[in-house]
Amino acid sequence: MKHTLTPQRYLILLAVMLTASVGDTLLSRGMGQVGPVDLHHLPLLWHALFNPFIASGIVLLIGFFACYMTALSWADLTFVMPATAFGYVVVALLSRFWLHEHLSLYRWAGIVLIVCAVGFVAGGPSRTEHQSSHPDLDLMNSGAGR
Amino acid sequence: MTTATPTIPTSLLHAWSAIFTVAALAITGEVLIAAAMRRIGDLDLLRERPGFLGYLGPVRAVLSSALFLAGALCMALNFFAMLYTLSIVDLSLAAPATASLTFIGNAAAAKIFLRENVDRRRWLATLFVCVGVALLAQ
Repeated sequence: MKHTLTPQRYLILLAVMLTASVGDTLLSRGMGQVGPVDLHHLPLLWHALFNPFIASGIVLLIGFFACYMTALSWADLTFVMPATAFGYVVVALLSRFWLHEHLSLYRWAGIVLIVCAVGFVAGGPSRTEHQSSHPDLDLMNSGAGR
Repeated sequence: MTTATPTIPTSLLHAWSAIFTVAALAITGEVLIAAAMRRIGDLDLLRERPGFLGYLGPVRAVLSSALFLAGALCMALNFFAMLYTLSIVDLSLAAPATASLTFIGNAAAAKIFLRENVDRRRWLATLFVCVGVALLAQ
């Protein structure tokens, strides 16, 4: 049985990729402004929450968790995982073009490999099942009968 | 006067124990959350009405799931375990090592516990992601 994704579900996967990576980048940029925090200066973490980059990052990461759980409600873990891994690529590209960090040849090779991995999985079914004794129920669940 | 270094001397066994603990907690958390979401079903179908209030049904279903709460607890423990690991291991080792172990472990756990059909295509994708993450950490 093959589950195909609707455009709305592709948008959820896109949100999983983007919210996690952009959220992490915002946190990184915000903490860069706040400065190092050690055990003797923990109240700095409270002030960090009011940094606009950190506050935006937290909102995006909450959105990531909501989208991630939504995706897991209709897709396999082994399907969603590579989608989230694509976030590493987005982070690398953001660090290159937004934070102006240097990307070595190794990192570009890593980006190519992760893009290939996402391509492999995206070409397959989003949810796989074991053999069922009720193929008619499976057909209904897949939405093919609607 | 000595300069601050990101790591303190630690045994290899200690470092890898911390890395494996982080990965194990992440795998357990993600598999529990995936099992919870599979049991709850498509969240869109749980929306009781259109609009913002319609999301109360899915939120209630998720928060009342024991599997989800156990998974969230594991993810919280994973966060603190990662903080501890970063205090004894360089980020350039900890991040790719935990990510790679988590990807491979998740694929195996999904096959064993969630009974997903992890075919050659998905194993290959998992392997590519592991190597890709390791290269990104260079």
